[in-house]
Formats: sequence, C-alpha cells, structure tokens
Amino acid sequence: MQSLYERLGGEAAVNAAVDIFYRKVLKDGRIRQFFDGIDMERQAAKQKAFLTLAFGGPNQYSGVDMRRGHAHLVAKGLNDTHFDAVVELLGATLTELKVPAELITQVAAIAETTRNDVLGR
Amino acid sequence: MPKVLYGGQSYDCPPGVSLLDGLAAHGVQIPSSCRSGVCQNCLVRAASGEIPPAAQAGLKPALRARNYLLACRCVPKGDIEIASGEEPLPRIRAEVAAVGRLNAQIVSLRLRPAQPFEYRAGQYLRLFMDDRTSRCYSLASVPHLDSEIELHVKRAPQGRVSGWIHEAVRAGQVLTISEATGESFYVPGQPGQPLLLIGTGCGLGSLAGIVRDALHQGHTGPIRLYHGSRRADGLYRTEELSRIAAGHPNVRFVQCVSRETAPAGAEQGNALQIALSETPDLTGWRVFLCGDQDMVASARREAFLAGASMSAIHADPFMPS
Repeated sequence: MQSLYERLGGEAAVNAAVDIFYRKVLKDGRIRQFFDGIDMERQAAKQKAFLTLAFGGPNQYSGVDMRRGHAHLVAKGLNDTHFDAVVELLGATLTELKVPAELITQVAAIAETTRNDVLGR
Repeated sequence: MPKVLYGGQSYDCPPGVSLLDGLAAHGVQIPSSCRSGVCQNCLVRAASGEIPPAAQAGLKPALRARNYLLACRCVPKGDIEIASGEEPLPRIRAEVAAVGRLNAQIVSLRLRPAQPFEYRAGQYLRLFMDDRTSRCYSLASVPHLDSEIELHVKRAPQGRVSGWIHEAVRAGQVLTISEATGESFYVPGQPGQPLLLIGTGCGLGSLAGIVRDALHQGHTGPIRLYHGSRRADGLYRTEELSRIAAGHPNVRFVQCVSRETAPAGAEQGNALQIALSETPDLTGWRVFLCGDQDMVASARREAFLAGASMSAIHADPFMPS
C-alpha cells in the first residue's frame, strides 16, 4: 500500500504547498505577529521541513528541537489557539490543492502529534 | 573510493554513500533535517569536483549555477571539495581605473582586477580598506559588456570605508577585493518570465546590471525597474536607463521620490508601493531587490504576499558601510 506521503505526491506536493501555506500564515491576523522580523528564506525552509513531517514524509523529527525552536514564541504567548490556527491553515492549503478530505484528516492528525512539544508542555 | 575534501581535511566516502552520511561516519556533522532532499537544510557548496544532478534537484537556479548541492542527495562519483562556509573568500588585487561622481552621495568606483575575475551581474564583493576593515559592495557592471568592474558606493553617515572611498581613493591606486559572491543574479532559461526589480539608493547599480545582463542574454518578457530615493538629488543614471527603456519595448524604468517633490518624469512616493500598485499580482514573476535593509525585508514580504514564489525572490543582504 502507498504511504500517505506517496499518496499526497511526495516532494512535489511539499513544494506546491509551501508557498500557499506560508502565505496564509503571514496573512492570518491570529498568528502573523509571531513571524515579524524573521528571515523569510530560512523560515520557508523550516515550513518545508514541517510540511514534510505532516505529510508523513521522511524526517528526523525531534521533540527536543521542536521545543527549543518554539520556546521564544511560547514566552511571547504562543498557545493552543495559535496551534489550532496553523492546523486550520494547513487544512485550507490542502483543500486548495484539491487533496481529498480523508488525507487532510491524516495530515492534521500527524501535525497534532507535535502540539505538546511546540507549546513546551 | 571517492574522497571528500572539507575544512582542509580529506575523508573517504564509500561508493553509494551520500556526502552527508559519508562525512557523518567520520564525525563531521553538516546540519540536516529530512535527509531526503526536501528541506534543504544540508545545503553546501562544491568548490570543485563533479556534482551528481540528483544533488541539485529542486534548488533555485541561482544556487545550482553557483554549485550548491544537497549533501543528503549527493552520492559522489569522484573526488569532491566542499566549501565549509566559514572560509573567507579569496582576495585579489585590483587597480582603480577611475573614481567618478554619480550624484551628491554616490560615487562610481571602476576597478581592473590583476587576475581574471569571474562574477555575475548582481553579485557583490568585499572591499578592504586595510586588513581588518572592509565592507561589501554590489557589482554594478556586467561581465562581457563592461571591461572593468564597477561598484556604486554611497557615503554612509560616519562610514569609515565609504568615507575613505569618497575622499581618499584615486585612480591608479591598488586595492584589495574579494572574489564575487551572492545569489541575486539573472539565470537564463525562462526568457518570457516577467521581471520586477526594486532598488533604493545605490542598489540601483546592481539592479541595472541585472537588467542589462538579462537583455544581453535575450530576455524577452516584461522587465520593470523601480528606483527609489528620498530626495530628488538621489536619482542617477536617468539618461542611460531611460535610453535602455526607450530601446526595448519590454523594459520600463521608473524613478520614485518619497520625501520631496518628484522632478518631471519621476513618480511621487515610495518605490515599493508604486511598484505594487502598478503590478498588484506577482504570481509567476521573478523579483530582484537591492538596497536599504528595511526596504528589502518589507519588499520580500510584500512580493511574496502578492503571489511571487519564495524561490523566485532574489536579494542579497546589502550591508551599508
């Protein structure tokens, strides 16, 4: 059976999604303040790594890295509502790319596994 | 067995093993994440040696052209040398051919390097005042079109190096420069793609070079060049660039003055805002930015939000002196 990553279209799907997803994130009034003053190219690379992870693709996911990478944002008030917003935008990105709802549910479930690490709990 | 030269050391890389794993086996860690060519965290540059095509799949054309590759996807076929990133660029002697004033704040510095100097229009180099004091300047010249290399130097407030260039550097003097570097340049292959270039201050030099290079390489798509200045006397190269625009129906050159009344022929306002009001949808556009750091940061964001792909936005950090 094909993996989720393969069914989504693999690397090409990540490349197609990254601009759309990141643009949604930067436009979203709920979360865009966390991206002020950041290096956009480096951030885009991180978004790609995150999408690869959420798509069930190859990754070296480390909860420790995820905690360390978001600790400064948690200090600025990053909480569940912001995490929910990101998952919602991820779903909207995939809907825009005409990904079947059943696969979007699976992606959201993988993203969900990072919640406690991202929020430093 | 292929050898990998990295940081002055040579390491064996067994056949079929990636550069990333080959170096890791010797305890040399290159930052990495997905290990499958997607996240591009393990981006490195080959200084010499053959690069397998798979190692450059998915990279920006400008990075490919500069021999960047993904260590996780690179299975070396032969010996390969990887630049470790921290090494300073090699230095070259260059004679000053001419110093000329472009406007009240900017001078043009023309140099003749003592040895062949490879570069692309839009790249930058480091110019040394002495062994410890140096600044980066964008190249305003174009290989194959200009016999000398040219830098546009704006006098920065209390700028040591720019002050020295403005006051003390004379024709005939021999200076030290680095090799050229930077990823903001024209890559041929999509001659019909529309190009948007926005620059402030002496960032115009680099962008005008990219425009001339693109035309020289046969670019046929729309090219829109915006130059922003706070004051009217900060505008320069008006005649030359207007002539290029007049000679190429696909080229548009717009000067913008933001803090003073714009002279005849120039637009009133901020270059980024004027550019975006004339081209609100940048889907499919290639974008080049050069100049003031704050302008570049907001233009990168605005261009991306207006639809330009992140990988199609080119800017090198421009460090004022």
